[in-house]
Amino acid sequence: MAQIFSPSTNTLSKASIVAGALLAGTGAFALTTANRWPWINNVAVAMEQEVPFSHKHHVAGLGVDCRFCHTAVEESANAGIPPVKTCMGCHSIVWKDAPLLEPIRESYRTDVPIQWNRVHDLPDFVFFNHSIHLKKGIGCESCHGRVDEMPLMWKVNSLNMEWCLACHRNPQDFVRPRDQVTTMGWDPERPEKSGSNLPPMSQAEIGPKLVQEYQIQSLTNCSTCHR
Amino acid sequence: MSNKTTDVEPPALIGPGHSLASVTDKIADMVLTKRTPLGWWLAIAVSGTFVGILGFTVLSLFFRGVGLWGINNPVGWGFAIINFVWWIGIGHAGTLISAILLLLRQGWRTSINRAAEAMTIFAVMCAGMYPLMHTGRPWLAFWMLPLPNSMGMWQNFRSPLIWDVFAVSTYATVSLVFWYVGMVPDLATLRDRARNIWVKRAYGALCLGWRGAASHWDRYEIASLLLAGLSAPLVVSVHTVVSFDFAAGIIPGWHTTIFPPYFVAGAIFAGFAMVLTLMLPLRAWYRLEDFITERHLQNMGKVMLATGLIVAYGYAIEGFMAWYSGSAYEQFMLTNRLTGPYKYEYWSLLLCNILIPQIMWSKKARSSVWMLFFVSMSVNIGMWLERFVIVVISLHRDFLPSSWGMYHPTLYDWSMFLGTIGFFIFAFSLFIRFLPAIAIFEVRGLVPRGPARPGKSTHH
Repeated sequence: MAQIFSPSTNTLSKASIVAGALLAGTGAFALTTANRWPWINNVAVAMEQEVPFSHKHHVAGLGVDCRFCHTAVEESANAGIPPVKTCMGCHSIVWKDAPLLEPIRESYRTDVPIQWNRVHDLPDFVFFNHSIHLKKGIGCESCHGRVDEMPLMWKVNSLNMEWCLACHRNPQDFVRPRDQVTTMGWDPERPEKSGSNLPPMSQAEIGPKLVQEYQIQSLTNCSTCHR
Repeated sequence: MSNKTTDVEPPALIGPGHSLASVTDKIADMVLTKRTPLGWWLAIAVSGTFVGILGFTVLSLFFRGVGLWGINNPVGWGFAIINFVWWIGIGHAGTLISAILLLLRQGWRTSINRAAEAMTIFAVMCAGMYPLMHTGRPWLAFWMLPLPNSMGMWQNFRSPLIWDVFAVSTYATVSLVFWYVGMVPDLATLRDRARNIWVKRAYGALCLGWRGAASHWDRYEIASLLLAGLSAPLVVSVHTVVSFDFAAGIIPGWHTTIFPPYFVAGAIFAGFAMVLTLMLPLRAWYRLEDFITERHLQNMGKVMLATGLIVAYGYAIEGFMAWYSGSAYEQFMLTNRLTGPYKYEYWSLLLCNILIPQIMWSKKARSSVWMLFFVSMSVNIGMWLERFVIVVISLHRDFLPSSWGMYHPTLYDWSMFLGTIGFFIFAFSLFIRFLPAIAIFEVRGLVPRGPARPGKSTHH
């Protein structure tokens, strides 16, 4: 009887077992961890805007408080994107003819809002509330990073569920005094740098104290965020 | 081999006048023939239509969601779980026949094990579709597996539902491997007998280079025994875990310790009924009376009778415990079964599962193909009704009368159910046409004055 397969078939069939296992393993790994890759979750990718607003210039350069623009952050779920009249409060006087700011002036004239591109966009099945996080002593910086060093805004954290849970499971590692929530570069070991009169402490010391003082619960029920 | 204590010789397991060559010719020609029987085309056409209906139903569920089904509060499980348990149960006979009867050296398993194992695999495939669609977002089904993920979450290992995932996926894997390994020597026979080079290559690739060398047979025997050892506990464990889905809940009628043994017996009961349902027509159409003899049918009838009695005992204990518990809710569950809005389902269940199978006490009935077919269909229906009774009656009226409701299956419930039956028959028909439906080398071992050990022949 003639051979129906060439001798190389032996090697090929053995190799296909290894290749199949590798392919399945890599596939499963890729499928389940793709959300960790920056080119999927856009971490550290600066977002283009119609008007290239610089947080670095306004926060670090001019010392504007976060709440000057994001006015609703302490009372509502959304921090709030400022209307152009907030911009015009200053820019009707300074840089009032700058060509870069023309879209702002046009929006102000025509009452058509600027379409900002959203940087931090949670899925619709996640109910995040800014006000409670601020009330419990979680700083802007803990999630948004050093906004005072960003010419254009980008994400510092993936906003993956594992990232949310890292803090919800161990809030003492991230909590800070309530009066320092908007501080950029808060360091509990050098509180005087941020104008606080607390004694220098490590996060391991101050964290559990604040958790107790602010009555922070480690909320990890599904319905805490998914309602 | 014999389980009789009398000195009467049991009827042979193979018809008279067969030689090694005639066995091989008969079974291999079912596959390698150029003339496909008309009945086969008919089966493919009818079941193929239902596969199409299944495809449409599944796509609709993908795009529009499980609201198409009749499930709602308080009955959130409905047809999806009824059918899941029904199909999984059916598969158990295949594993019992192939693993436990192999370990017990029961000669009568040889001619039915291949088809019964195929039935197991197709039944598990049908079963698997239901929880998958019932999740509502089947494309996220991989969340059920403990894979590394970006959610910082693991499955709830204290839930019987995740045990179910492991039980059923293990069951599917082991059954598939066992079935395939058992088929390798026969695939080699088909490779050697095929004329067309591409058919030769196809079977050649599938038979993994089998040459029938002594070392091959040696490894084959070891592998079969190991796989039988792995499968044997699965006969008991899989449906035990399925029963935990209910028993771990606190719903009256579910929260009972009898559930695991009662489910396992019910599974084998249902499985043997389905084996008969498939084998009787197959035997008639392909004229396989020499291989699937009256003794095989007798034995399957006896297994149905025995497991049916265990199931009947389960029903009796459920009733007794409901009374003996003194729990108002358990007692209500029983009266609600007997006299509630689903009383016809419950009484039909008792009729189909307890009363009708008693016919199997009669040897004459066990010898009658039509009687066996009638009883097996009755058990198929009865075991489906049993799952309906467990799922729906317990859920529709539980502790809180204000939340009572009724469950009405919709067109999509029925189309998915009929669709999976179609898929099952479709897959089984393909199996009969393209793979050796009876283990050639094992049946050759039954030929009188054959080789000393089953299948060790080098004849071709």
